[in-house]
Amino acid sequence: MAAAGLAGLFAVYKPAGVAWGRVREALETRLLRELNAAPERAPRQRVRFLPSPAPGGGGAVELVAASVPVLADHPLVRGPRFRKLKIGAGHRLDVKASGVFVLGIGHGNKLLTDLYNCHLTKVYTVGGLFGKATDDFSDTGNLIEKTTFDHITREKLERILAVIQGTNQKALLTYSNIDMKTQEAYELAVKGLIRPMGKSPPIITAIRCLQFALPEFQLEIHCLHETQQYLRKVVHEIGLELKSSAVCTQVRRTRDGVFTVDDALPRTQWNLQSIQEAIRNCQLKVETELEKTLAAHEENSPLHQLDGTQLSMLCRSVGEQHTRAATCQRGDGQQKERG
Amino acid sequence: MAVWARHAARWGCLLSTARAAAELPRRLRGGGCPARACRELARLAVLPAGKEAALCGLQGYRQLSAGSCSPPDSAKDAAFSSPQSNLPSVQQEQAKPEILPDLNAKILDEAWDDIPPSSALEVISEEEAVQIIAEPLLPIQSTTLRDYVDHSETLAKLVHLGVDLSQVEKRQKAGQLLLTLDFEKDVKKILLFLKDVGVEDNQLGPFLTKNPYILGEDLEDLETRVAYLKSKKFGKSEIAQMVSRAPYLLLFSVERLDNRLGFFKNELGLSVKKTKDLVVRLPRLLTGKLEPVKENLQVCQIELGFQRNEIQQIVCKTPKILTASKKRLKQTFDYLHNIMGIPHHMLTRFPQVFNSKLLRIRERHMFLAFLGRAQYDPAQPSYISLDQLVSLPDEVFCTEIAKASMQDFENFLKTL
Repeated sequence: MAAAGLAGLFAVYKPAGVAWGRVREALETRLLRELNAAPERAPRQRVRFLPSPAPGGGGAVELVAASVPVLADHPLVRGPRFRKLKIGAGHRLDVKASGVFVLGIGHGNKLLTDLYNCHLTKVYTVGGLFGKATDDFSDTGNLIEKTTFDHITREKLERILAVIQGTNQKALLTYSNIDMKTQEAYELAVKGLIRPMGKSPPIITAIRCLQFALPEFQLEIHCLHETQQYLRKVVHEIGLELKSSAVCTQVRRTRDGVFTVDDALPRTQWNLQSIQEAIRNCQLKVETELEKTLAAHEENSPLHQLDGTQLSMLCRSVGEQHTRAATCQRGDGQQKERG
Repeated sequence: MAVWARHAARWGCLLSTARAAAELPRRLRGGGCPARACRELARLAVLPAGKEAALCGLQGYRQLSAGSCSPPDSAKDAAFSSPQSNLPSVQQEQAKPEILPDLNAKILDEAWDDIPPSSALEVISEEEAVQIIAEPLLPIQSTTLRDYVDHSETLAKLVHLGVDLSQVEKRQKAGQLLLTLDFEKDVKKILLFLKDVGVEDNQLGPFLTKNPYILGEDLEDLETRVAYLKSKKFGKSEIAQMVSRAPYLLLFSVERLDNRLGFFKNELGLSVKKTKDLVVRLPRLLTGKLEPVKENLQVCQIELGFQRNEIQQIVCKTPKILTASKKRLKQTFDYLHNIMGIPHHMLTRFPQVFNSKLLRIRERHMFLAFLGRAQYDPAQPSYISLDQLVSLPDEVFCTEIAKASMQDFENFLKTL
């Protein structure tokens, strides 16, 4: 499997209406089919003494050594070579949501954990519809109430969005556990790396209106630690704040950390070759992002200093020559300090 | 006792290859070291009388590894064609124990007293060491047929026939069944029978993979069932098609088959000829459960609102709808009727849309709607039939129907 270049991270475009588990299963079966279709290695041979008529003629029989393929290695007896692939899922998407969905194969599963620990922001495009309210905040739920929406204007909507962004900004600073009056905080803020590095409630880092045509509207939301249902609830609350009501028609993830829509494979390209290519294309991006985040937080916060060895291990597993040299040096330096 | 037990095990190895039987007299005659040969025979003599448990073990082993006792030479014969080499393994098993008592009786009185049992540490000559055959014992029990396939003639022949043993061994009791069968005696007649029925040569392997249990059936029963099908005026080629497409058909008793044919005739209200066409097209209707079929008919009639004659037309065109999941059926219909706005009579004309995935229909419909081409009314220009919508592969659909490039379609998929 390693020979097939199947280890690392890649992104697929999950269609709406399909559970993420089914997407993973579909990919697994397709990959297994292609891997098992590849030519197998020849069966083992073993020496048997087969009876054959003696050269002298007559009824005499002598044993002749011959090597015969072992029947236990026959593809029909042994079964398919690969039966299971270890495919891990990154940040989940619920059934009704669509968009970029990151998956890891092989050692990519470890990278998934590291990527999770980076707490990168995700970008969603969320569609809304004024004038209705349902019990699950989506347009397919049971209708609870109908309202008028003629009084809503784009300015009013944007005012509400600004309020939401403001309150979330405050929450962001609280949960990021950094003293705002320090040099470290300044440096992180310059790099744009201030974000909670542990658990926190859902935080919206940016929200703006893309389209506004009554009764429909479309928002772009940058956020972290969210669920898709939380975003639907945000739409619902926006509706209430505007003295109307709103349901969410679409939740679509356009970016998950470093993976954008362009990296994501649509359903038509879920095959071995495209996935190998996608893994190769994304490798460098993932690597640099991991290094950047972990390095910045390692230098600045004393809590993260112990992670130096973890980082060097991580970079080794990613396996690029130049980065390996750099981090090894840094790792050595740290060990000296600690010693 | 412990020493005897060890010998018993050692001789068990020897016996399992069946060369022992041939070898013993030769050794006695050869006279290279007659004393030793006698001694070994004496040990052998102890075997039946001595260790009861070891004997049981051996017997159990013999039963389990059916066919393993046959000469390995013939089992591994690559051609598997000459009938002489394919001696039925069962007979061999019976024959061997007969040899042993003879020999034992002959030597028992003369050799028993003066030869002490040899120990494991005793020095043996090179010649003798070479003659000891140390093949690993077959496992007494195993989860896979892989362990036995190199030793069992029947399994080896089935593999060459194309039976996927890795699939068969997952089935309940199928592995045990295959191991107890003998190719010449049990398997051959069923294979010939299937060929007579009309199963293609290259289909025999996949057929037995799907239904290995037919090998354990009584041949007369099978013939009665085929005779029943013939009496129902199914043609020979139709029977062949039905049997090869629904391998379990011949395991159903005549009464059950009769019941099921009657069920489809009454439930759907079809004529005899149409019922026959239906089960010939989808014979797995006869072998599957009837409850889902009933439910699907109810769903079509009550929930989807099709008329009875419309259902008959749909079923005749796509019998698969009867075995589809009713949840999927409802979802697909909901999308086609309520969102795409396709009336019932159009759905009756193109029932194959129910066989395709909802996801596919939705993606294509939305793409067409995005391009402004979603026009499913045959009375108006640029009409797109439902058949074209679902049955064409992606590339053809993009170029022929949507008049767009594949790249456009993929980009569109990413905006959904």
